[in-house]
Amino acid sequence: MLTQERAREIFEIVRRHSTGDGVEAIIAGGRSALTRFANNTIHQNMAEEQYQLSVRVLFGQRTARATSNKLDEESIRRVVQAAENLARVQQPDPDLLPLAAPELATGGPAAPARSFPATSAMTPEERAAAVDKIVAVARRNQLTTAGVVASSHSAECILNSQGLFAWHEQTLAEVSITMLGEDSSGWQKATSPDLTVLDPEMLAEIAARKAMQSAHPRELAPGKYTVILEPAAVLDLMGFMFFDFGGQAILDQRSFLNNRLGTQVFGENITIYDDVYHPLQAGSPFDGEGVCRKRVQLVVRGGVKNLVYARHTAEKMKKSEYAARVGRIEPTGHGLPLPNEMGEAPMHIVMDSGPPSAHRTVEQMIAETERGVLVTRLWYIREVDPYEKILTGMTRDGTFYIEQGRVRHGIRNFRFNESLVRMLNSVEAMSAPVRSSGEESFDMVVPAMKVKDFNFTEVTKF
Amino acid sequence: MSWKEIAGYALETSRLRGASYADVRVVDDRQRMLLTKNGKVGYASDSESMGLGVRVIAEGRWGFAATQELDRESVQAAAAQAVAIARASARVKEYDVQLAPEAAVQVEWASPVRVDPFSVSIEQNLGLLMQVDAELRATPGVTLAEALLHFRRYEQWFYSSEGSDIHQTRTITGAGCAAYSFGEHELHKRSYPNSFGGQYQTRGYELVEELKLVENARRIGEEAVALHKADQCPEGRFTIILDSSQLGLQIHESIGHPIELDRVLGMEANFAGTSFLTREKLRKLRYGSELVNAVADATEAHGPGLGTFAYDDEGVAAQCTPIITAGQFTGYLTSRETAGAIGAPRSGGTMRADGWHRIPLIRMTNVSVLPGEEPLTLEQLIASTDQGIFMQTNRSWSIDDKRYNFQFGCEIGWEIKNGRLGRMLKNPSYSGITTEFWNSMDAICSRDQWTLWGTPNCGKGQPMQTMGTGHGAAPARFRNVQVGSAYKGN
Repeated sequence: MLTQERAREIFEIVRRHSTGDGVEAIIAGGRSALTRFANNTIHQNMAEEQYQLSVRVLFGQRTARATSNKLDEESIRRVVQAAENLARVQQPDPDLLPLAAPELATGGPAAPARSFPATSAMTPEERAAAVDKIVAVARRNQLTTAGVVASSHSAECILNSQGLFAWHEQTLAEVSITMLGEDSSGWQKATSPDLTVLDPEMLAEIAARKAMQSAHPRELAPGKYTVILEPAAVLDLMGFMFFDFGGQAILDQRSFLNNRLGTQVFGENITIYDDVYHPLQAGSPFDGEGVCRKRVQLVVRGGVKNLVYARHTAEKMKKSEYAARVGRIEPTGHGLPLPNEMGEAPMHIVMDSGPPSAHRTVEQMIAETERGVLVTRLWYIREVDPYEKILTGMTRDGTFYIEQGRVRHGIRNFRFNESLVRMLNSVEAMSAPVRSSGEESFDMVVPAMKVKDFNFTEVTKF
Repeated sequence: MSWKEIAGYALETSRLRGASYADVRVVDDRQRMLLTKNGKVGYASDSESMGLGVRVIAEGRWGFAATQELDRESVQAAAAQAVAIARASARVKEYDVQLAPEAAVQVEWASPVRVDPFSVSIEQNLGLLMQVDAELRATPGVTLAEALLHFRRYEQWFYSSEGSDIHQTRTITGAGCAAYSFGEHELHKRSYPNSFGGQYQTRGYELVEELKLVENARRIGEEAVALHKADQCPEGRFTIILDSSQLGLQIHESIGHPIELDRVLGMEANFAGTSFLTREKLRKLRYGSELVNAVADATEAHGPGLGTFAYDDEGVAAQCTPIITAGQFTGYLTSRETAGAIGAPRSGGTMRADGWHRIPLIRMTNVSVLPGEEPLTLEQLIASTDQGIFMQTNRSWSIDDKRYNFQFGCEIGWEIKNGRLGRMLKNPSYSGITTEFWNSMDAICSRDQWTLWGTPNCGKGQPMQTMGTGHGAAPARFRNVQVGSAYKGN
């Protein structure tokens, strides 16, 4: 594994070969392994170890980046040279700031431990043993199964010629399971820095139950239904809006919030934070320049209260026409590595679903639903309209009809076309937030949701 | 030490550890990306990545390990790890992997390049992007302009325990631009020559010169602004004509992905999904109208697509496979492992990995719908259409996990009335069921209207791999298609 000492050695070589006014290096990588199974058989199985050095140089107000995974001295010299060649010929950018000062890397809360020995040490045999348990559940229920069991141990370090040094080390384990019947399927997925909190057998049992309960799916006519979205479906939808919560998106006029700043955008029951320090979150406590991440209240009772900012975006926003319409403007530690055209984004989302007394479990939501649809997972979600945030996509791996407070039977998969803005004004109930993982967005801490009048526009033939 | 000697250590270690088959890929991958945004450099980066991946079969199962340390000790360790992983895989198996036979070859090949894109000065590239940027923003109301150049050189050395020794170099060039216009309650975007990055081909800088970005940028900006005043695309069943770039994506989603045999066999069920094209449908299913002829063609003769190569990542030569012949379903994309499942004597040569650290998967090569045989221009196609909607440039795309129910949105549309383009329409979208849609095609333009589009960002596999695919398409007409559902009820 990369060590802090090795990272400092690499940066010393970078600095030695740099002729710019400033230089910054991101050194990142690690070990990862993934065992993939299908048809009750391990069919792909891999391991890799790799590290990358990414160098950004500054000449006055010009900057560029070059990246290489070759870490010998000559290669490091060449990557510095490549960055300098790109930077030298540019027109100066008046908005470019000097490198981040070392004190910007400190001052946040202590991040929870996110590197666990059990995850780091996971062997191919242990992954196979987990798959064996999952396959046993499939066989017991006369199903076939497909999925992954994966583990990784990674490190990320940012250093610059101002003396900034930021280091993050993390492990991550993942179990994802699809159970397939003749005409139905079920799915479950979980990730955690700590392998020991994942229970592959329990996830397999839930996926298998969904596959069996959705067998012989019936067709339900498209239309607007009350839906209960399990947390994976919630996060895969919500993930489409957070790149609009950066200051640069507002300045570029490509955010759906551009004309909505200062207004009640969502329902009163919607409150959202970006909080990398939350115990159920994962990720590094600094951004692409090494600036310490802050906990930011993005949405409070339906109103957009704050945006996130990289350093240079905060400076531009203060001088912009939007300055009076947004909350506090300061670097929040959400910048992407420079140079980039996107600015920043909150990617450690935590949704607050109110006091525990207001929470409803998915079972309670079902019991309180006269007629509706239960959705396990969504698939191939894409943005149809960037301002109204109309999203389309399909249900998948467990879609059920609810009537008179009970799940009655599986139904054929629907296509939806739904405005995220409208949806977050129509949330009738939420569960306690949980760490959740889907396939269309990054992991979040979100609840299950009951939403009225969710717009299913077409039904497919399976 | 040569790469052959280094790879030899991995092959020898694999054999000594008990592997019945092994292959080694050494990859040197270099990329340059330049992007301008509103008159400034938005992104400027060079990158390179080099390493070795070793794939083995032991005890009837696969194992793979990858390292960026290209010394003897590290390479031997990676090979030993790959064998250990294969043995662990064998703890949960129902059958042994059987590879379709393939003759060993020794080959050197490089994709044709007239002008090496890395030889063009950065100043010249930035100058071009700034010119494009100025043209995009020449129209008042354009709120954001982006222009992009992306070059890649992917050099690979492949060695197998069966004796293959293949050295290939592919040079890829991509370029495009986009204008955004934000109005009171709408955000519109127009892209050229295609959305999501532009056009990509396995060629050199000559592609950039041919695209005429500067000459087209002003029109793109004007259209982005004009969309605010356009009428909303109606909802209902209509005759539609798709431009060739949108048809290219339609092919990708509703022909290319369903014919991947690994999906059909359930190997991608957890993530990318399965396919409605189950094996009993081969040579029996009517996939489209008689005018629909599709091939998966990786050969140079098909053109410089992102799916053009000499040998795939299993050492199988590039081939042309008929996929749909006069509307009938006739072929799958296969690998050495899966070919036997459809009784094929040989792999179709479609296995590719997105780098040295990933295993090869079945990926689309150039999956193209062949042009019509009778001369037919887009203008003539529109002229022969009484009433309908012409849609151009993809905006959103989605299809279910069996590749059956799809919905696409386009950036811009025009009403067709009495054989002529009429009013501009905003937010056009259409949806349908794959086979019903292709069966409704009643005209396709001829070869002179056909373009081999590059899709550089096709995602598949776990861990996710990004691959470039090619799609040849000409403008085509479809009857009685559901239009406008995306906005219905919102």
